[in-house]
Amino acid sequence: MTGGEEVHPRIGVITFPGSLDDQDAARAVEIAGAEAVPLWHRDTDLGGVDAVILPGGFSYGDYLRCGAIARFAPIMTAVIEAAQDGLPVLGICNGFQILCESHLLPGALVRNNRRTFVCRDQPLRIDNAETVWTSAYSPGQRIVIPIKNGEGGYVADSATLDRLEANGQVVVRYVGDNPNGSYRDIAGICNEAGNVVGLMPHPEHAVDPLCGPSTDGLGFFTSVLRRLVTLP
Amino acid sequence: MLDTVKYAAANPDTPQPYRELGLKDDEYARIREILGRRPTSCELAMYSVMWSEHCSYKSSKVHLRKFSELPAETHIGKLLAGIGENAGVVDIGHGYAVTFKIESHNHPSYVEPYQGAATGVGGIVRDVLAMGARPVAVMDSLRFGPADAPDTHRVLPGVVAGIGGYGNCLGLPNIGGELVFDPSYAGNPLVNALCVGVLRHEDLHLAKASGVGNQVILYGAKTGGDGIGGVSVLASESFDAEPDDSTGQGTGTSRRPPAKRPSVQVGDPFMEKLLIECTLELFAAGIVVGIQDLGGAGLSCATTELASAGEGGMRIWLDRVPLRDASLAPEEILMSESQERMMAIVEPADVERFMQICAKWDVPATVIGEVDASGRLTVEWQGEIVVDVPPRTVAHQGPVYHRPIARPDSQDALQADTPDQLPRPDSPGELRATLLRLASSPNLCDRSWVTNQYDRYVRGNTVLAQPEDAGMLRILEPARGKHASPADGTAEEALGVAVATDCNGRFVKLDPYVGTQLALAEAYRNVAVTGARPLAVTNCLNFGSPEDPGVMWQFEQATQGLADACRRLGLPVTGGNVSFYNQTGDRAILPTPVVGVLGVIDNVYKRVRRGWRTPGTVIYLLGTTREEFGGSEWAHVVHGHLGGLPPEVDLDAERALAEVLVTAARDELVEAAHDLADGGLAQALVEACLAHDLGARVSLPAGLDPFVALFSESSARAIVGVRPESEADFVALCVHHGVPTTRLGVVLPSDEETGGPQEAGASERTGGRLVIEDSTLRPLFEIPLSELREAWERTLPALYEVV
Repeated sequence: MTGGEEVHPRIGVITFPGSLDDQDAARAVEIAGAEAVPLWHRDTDLGGVDAVILPGGFSYGDYLRCGAIARFAPIMTAVIEAAQDGLPVLGICNGFQILCESHLLPGALVRNNRRTFVCRDQPLRIDNAETVWTSAYSPGQRIVIPIKNGEGGYVADSATLDRLEANGQVVVRYVGDNPNGSYRDIAGICNEAGNVVGLMPHPEHAVDPLCGPSTDGLGFFTSVLRRLVTLP
Repeated sequence: MLDTVKYAAANPDTPQPYRELGLKDDEYARIREILGRRPTSCELAMYSVMWSEHCSYKSSKVHLRKFSELPAETHIGKLLAGIGENAGVVDIGHGYAVTFKIESHNHPSYVEPYQGAATGVGGIVRDVLAMGARPVAVMDSLRFGPADAPDTHRVLPGVVAGIGGYGNCLGLPNIGGELVFDPSYAGNPLVNALCVGVLRHEDLHLAKASGVGNQVILYGAKTGGDGIGGVSVLASESFDAEPDDSTGQGTGTSRRPPAKRPSVQVGDPFMEKLLIECTLELFAAGIVVGIQDLGGAGLSCATTELASAGEGGMRIWLDRVPLRDASLAPEEILMSESQERMMAIVEPADVERFMQICAKWDVPATVIGEVDASGRLTVEWQGEIVVDVPPRTVAHQGPVYHRPIARPDSQDALQADTPDQLPRPDSPGELRATLLRLASSPNLCDRSWVTNQYDRYVRGNTVLAQPEDAGMLRILEPARGKHASPADGTAEEALGVAVATDCNGRFVKLDPYVGTQLALAEAYRNVAVTGARPLAVTNCLNFGSPEDPGVMWQFEQATQGLADACRRLGLPVTGGNVSFYNQTGDRAILPTPVVGVLGVIDNVYKRVRRGWRTPGTVIYLLGTTREEFGGSEWAHVVHGHLGGLPPEVDLDAERALAEVLVTAARDELVEAAHDLADGGLAQALVEACLAHDLGARVSLPAGLDPFVALFSESSARAIVGVRPESEADFVALCVHHGVPTTRLGVVLPSDEETGGPQEAGASERTGGRLVIEDSTLRPLFEIPLSELREAWERTLPALYEVV
């Protein structure tokens, strides 16, 4: 290891059986300058990481309901506990679904209204640039990153939606054509404390200009890094 | 009463339903001769399925030898594995190798589009995995009946959803393919799935059961009744004439033989994902002596192929196979095509470790047999021997047919019916309308309604995917944190491969020899335009019935054409797949030998894409345009005509063009390049302009009728966007390689730059136009890109969008 004086935050990436974007999330973490720590679904502790990412994929095949089985994975007990204590947690796509199933975030994600899987480069707007995962962006900033989901329609009752809006918990919104019928064009939300963020789009696929449509996704990973290195 | 070997020997005259299982009288007689007795019902099941067309290649074998006679090497090195293995393995340098293979799943996809297509993906992925490679991408080559036919509305959405549902859940990017509509595929869609895998040279694994005492482990999904006899049924005449047998209960002569049911296998992509990760961990642990995936013919195929590739024999305890349906008879277990299963040969001392790794991934694994020195495959069921055969006779010594071959009488009339007399557009307004009509036609329009249902981003190494001319992957990602930017990586870290598949069945119908060479030429060109150097070839040969001498003539010509062209271009054929009986009644599909070409690129950061990116870029047409409309998209769309001769094939010109394209990419002379094929220059311009909403002003080459210049489908051509400062160098490069150039015009600035802040969606796509002039710079017509886009994008959503 080099750079002994550097603060080198460790960010855990959980692999559930059926996780697919775990390597991509780890890559994004490392491009941002942190250390990616692989975590296994059967682990019962988080190995002292400074933040956790629940990556995209189809955990346990998503045969019951997206994220419904993963929510009961041994590691989720530790994640839920740590999240309640303020640990930064980012759920991407399937990870967002798991966070909703775990009740760390309100609402649910349902089958796309277009009824087909959709993978495309999606314009988005950052509506809350103050969360631990979005502070590198400016409020209202437009970005383009990939979305890819079959069940990405965000739904919640209107009281919940109103509360999310009032509290600034809508973190990211779709711009232009809504890809999946999400209520109020919601693409990502956070909990009240702002440390837990769920995103349907995939920032980890927009960190390298060679293989992504942009590098607009990198900000999610540099945001948390910045927060972690400035912590006392 | 169990039909054991002992019982079979004692009761030689028991009638057996071999004909119903698809075996001919002489084939059955040969089995009796091999065994010196009648086969047991289990043996009969194994022979019948392994000697079927699908598994034994009995009609195609004599023709496929042409491919194994080609030099098995590329400019980089010898093939690490070639024809006969699960998939060919090509050295790409730096200690890395790539394996790629394409396989058909046509009939199942017609019967049950979603599962048929899904399990097609699953099967080819396991083939690639079985070579020791990590599967890294898939592609699919699809053909359907008319786009607006009711049955296409049933089949296409299901197939696309199946490919997406399975591939997306596996975490493999879909990086390209084909989508073609033609009436001949109504009732017989083609679903050809391709998989690319990457491995280090030393990771190569082969399907070989060696080492007496080694254990035979079946792992993955449990065995059920799915797809029983599927292979055999699909390779026989038709599936609507099959007896609707129920699952047989009991065994022996008193029961009916295993049912030939047209049942399509059901896929579980989640299990396959676990199987991939588990298998790669087993390889990494160094405890796999031999490996084989279970695909068509299931255990029958895996056991006989593994045993015949080893030096000994094999004993299987069939009762140990974990079942999903406990009522399955031994014949059915041997024939079951349940998905997501693999078989490994493991040294006894490593079994415990093997089981631990499987347990980590929640993958069931069971020792079901042992390698022995008997030279025979024996299978026990409830303590009795039900199979005792020399494994090679099942796996490799099936019948070989020299089917009658005859050039159809109708071929002369077909070739004489040239498109020369068809009315052509001659006014500028008619040319404009023709361009729009072709751009919106089902074979040329925007494919994103299909490709947007596939994940192209997962794994983070997709350099190019649809709609680019070829898919491209980075092999080894830059070591994280080691470089300021990924582009600063080492040579090894910049290594990539490109893959394209192509086939114009109309060309093949008009002249199977030339048409197949054109398919190769197009895939070769599609790889070269990206900057990758073509390296190796695979194929998926889809034809009608081999019992039709006219179809066999097409097949013979096609294979000869491909072999000759590969020799000329210096490309080995690494493997392939044959699908016969693609016909409805006596009407065969267009002969469709899909050709896949793999290329290698030293530096993926220099890859070239098809769209204009910078105003002022100079547009060149490379190659020679002739008046060639036989089998063209214009004749098909505007006149529903198929006749005459396909375009000339000029392999030397293809090779020179590829040399120019690869060098120009390496030296960064060009910033766009796009192959000319279906729809000719007009369609290539449409696609290059719409990629980034940049228009172009193009003057057509002198000495050519504008219609011919725009719509002819002459091969060995491409358009390129040359950086203005590199123009002289580029032209010199073309002269050096003898590639004709025509300076067509320039890329125009986009009008939108005058507009206000961008809004996503349609509003940011204003401005830009494609201006076509004649060779004297007199305007012929122009089309705003917004109009072009509307024509090009609307077609598939209008047909298939359900919202």
